[in-house]
Amino acid sequence: MRSYVLSRLGWGMLIVFAILVLNFVIVHLVPGDPVHALLGDFPVPPGYAEQVRADFGLDQPIATQLGLYLVNLAQGNLGFSFANRMPVLDLILARLGPTLLLMLPALFFAAVLGIVLGLAAAPRAGSVQDSALTAVSLFGYSVPIFWLGQMLVIVFAIDLGWLPAQGMKSMREELTGTGAVLDVLKHLLLPGFSVMIYYVAIVARVARASVGEALHHDYVLTAQAKGLSRRTILWHHVLPNAMIPVVTVIGYNFGLSLTGAILVETVFAWPGIGNLFITSITNRDYPVLQGVFLFAAISVVIINILTDLLYALLDPRVRTTHERSA
Amino acid sequence: MNAARDFAAKLARHPSGLAAGAFIALLVVVALSVGFVPQFDPYSLSNESMQAPSTAALLGTDELGRSVLAGVLYGTRVSLTVGFFAALFATVIGILIGSAAGFYGGWLDIMVMRVSEFFQVIPSFILAAVIVAMTGTGLPQIIAVVSLLAWPQVARVMRGEVMRVKQLEFVDGVRCLGISERDVLAHEVIPNAVAPVLAVGTLIVGQAILLEASLSFLGLSSPEVVSWGRMLNSGQRFLFNAWWLSFFPGTAIFVTVLAFNLFGDAVGAVLNPRTAR
Repeated sequence: MRSYVLSRLGWGMLIVFAILVLNFVIVHLVPGDPVHALLGDFPVPPGYAEQVRADFGLDQPIATQLGLYLVNLAQGNLGFSFANRMPVLDLILARLGPTLLLMLPALFFAAVLGIVLGLAAAPRAGSVQDSALTAVSLFGYSVPIFWLGQMLVIVFAIDLGWLPAQGMKSMREELTGTGAVLDVLKHLLLPGFSVMIYYVAIVARVARASVGEALHHDYVLTAQAKGLSRRTILWHHVLPNAMIPVVTVIGYNFGLSLTGAILVETVFAWPGIGNLFITSITNRDYPVLQGVFLFAAISVVIINILTDLLYALLDPRVRTTHERSA
Repeated sequence: MNAARDFAAKLARHPSGLAAGAFIALLVVVALSVGFVPQFDPYSLSNESMQAPSTAALLGTDELGRSVLAGVLYGTRVSLTVGFFAALFATVIGILIGSAAGFYGGWLDIMVMRVSEFFQVIPSFILAAVIVAMTGTGLPQIIAVVSLLAWPQVARVMRGEVMRVKQLEFVDGVRCLGISERDVLAHEVIPNAVAPVLAVGTLIVGQAILLEASLSFLGLSSPEVVSWGRMLNSGQRFLFNAWWLSFFPGTAIFVTVLAFNLFGDAVGAVLNPRTAR
């Protein structure tokens, strides 16, 4: 297990290094002076540009520049946003809470719904349940989720008036305790559903495939021979084995859900990282844009590694295969 | 042309794929012809602003009195241009790199697999948005970014197919004729390995259209060019009083992407030797 953990960590460090180099390349792809790419279009105080030029060694050879860039980032220096008068990293961390509040419940319910759909469809190819799963997954893969959000706002917030259209809490009244929690939940429903739908599609497809595969194992035959009910076999024998690929697909697609949150936050004026991203696009606040990409990419790598480790814990075959091949 | 007829006959067994293909053909006709119809000018302003859909303005008008119908029809041009070119470049790059990796193996293969893994891990939409925001919002930039992000999907499939095909007996037979390795790859292996890749390419068209629409929705497109995502971006401000400004362009994106997904699945089912037989 130890060598497996180390190899995954090594892989993660390599990917993070590649991400940093990619970011460096982007800075130099921007037409004109690279200092512009590091500062953005928002006016900065006099002398700051010179300081950045010196910090990043922009008059030095390109290799030195890359070195300085990596050193700066390794110290957690993602730059400073003058549009927000805050260091980029602090800015992102301040917005992390709302984004996670939007993503995590959506991921959880997508997992539950996707697994239920997969379990219902897998044993009966061509049935109503199977067609429903195909329809849901085609819908999830094809619909622009920000547009889905807009349509939900029009129907449920504007026409029916059941749910709030924007924001994370009501502005008009000061709520405390349960009232405040319920208020946030009400605001969460529509954007959360929009983020969830793509995931239901992914999880349902994988769940159907892995449940379908698990059904063909000998232990299912044994369970049937013992006279266990179909329900018991599905829930107690098939599901635990079929869960592993499902857990993996949820972990591996964490980055996509972050992307989904960015698009959906724009529609619902949800005060998270997505909102920060879109204002920074409008302000041409490049340090924030690059910071959000770095932050997102590095969190994805971390979640990937955690997923791999969880996988190895759940399925001993993974770590033993690795040790044999190593 | 026997192969084409054979393909069409097999495709006919997938009615949803066939319908999707017909719809795509219709979109192509619209995109090519809409510029010649003066009634459908998406830039022409009028005093009839913010009209709900009616017989006079079928899909309504926006805040400057421009026809939503004309915008939706014009939007096919941007979406199909980005979709086709991005998928074409990604497919060509993916075929070249993937076949070289699968055929020669060794360090080249390891490198290619690592790079494609890298592109699978990083949040590609955010990367695309950052690059486009920083380097410019023209169509060439968007096409370049989408191809850059999509080629690894093609390369992976191509690599696998080439590894399968190069072990087949006829390839050894050709080698015995004394043909150079490069010609074996180019003339024997690639033509026999390329079919499943075309299905991936079709699916990339849909992804590219969705990606372009998402970028435009965030305001990352030229404001002078009419596109569905751009229309949704301006419609966002009027959600409360003009549902048609968002409903129709979004439906256009959804139906188009759905068509490419259905068509891609059908093409895949027909072309992939593992599932077709």
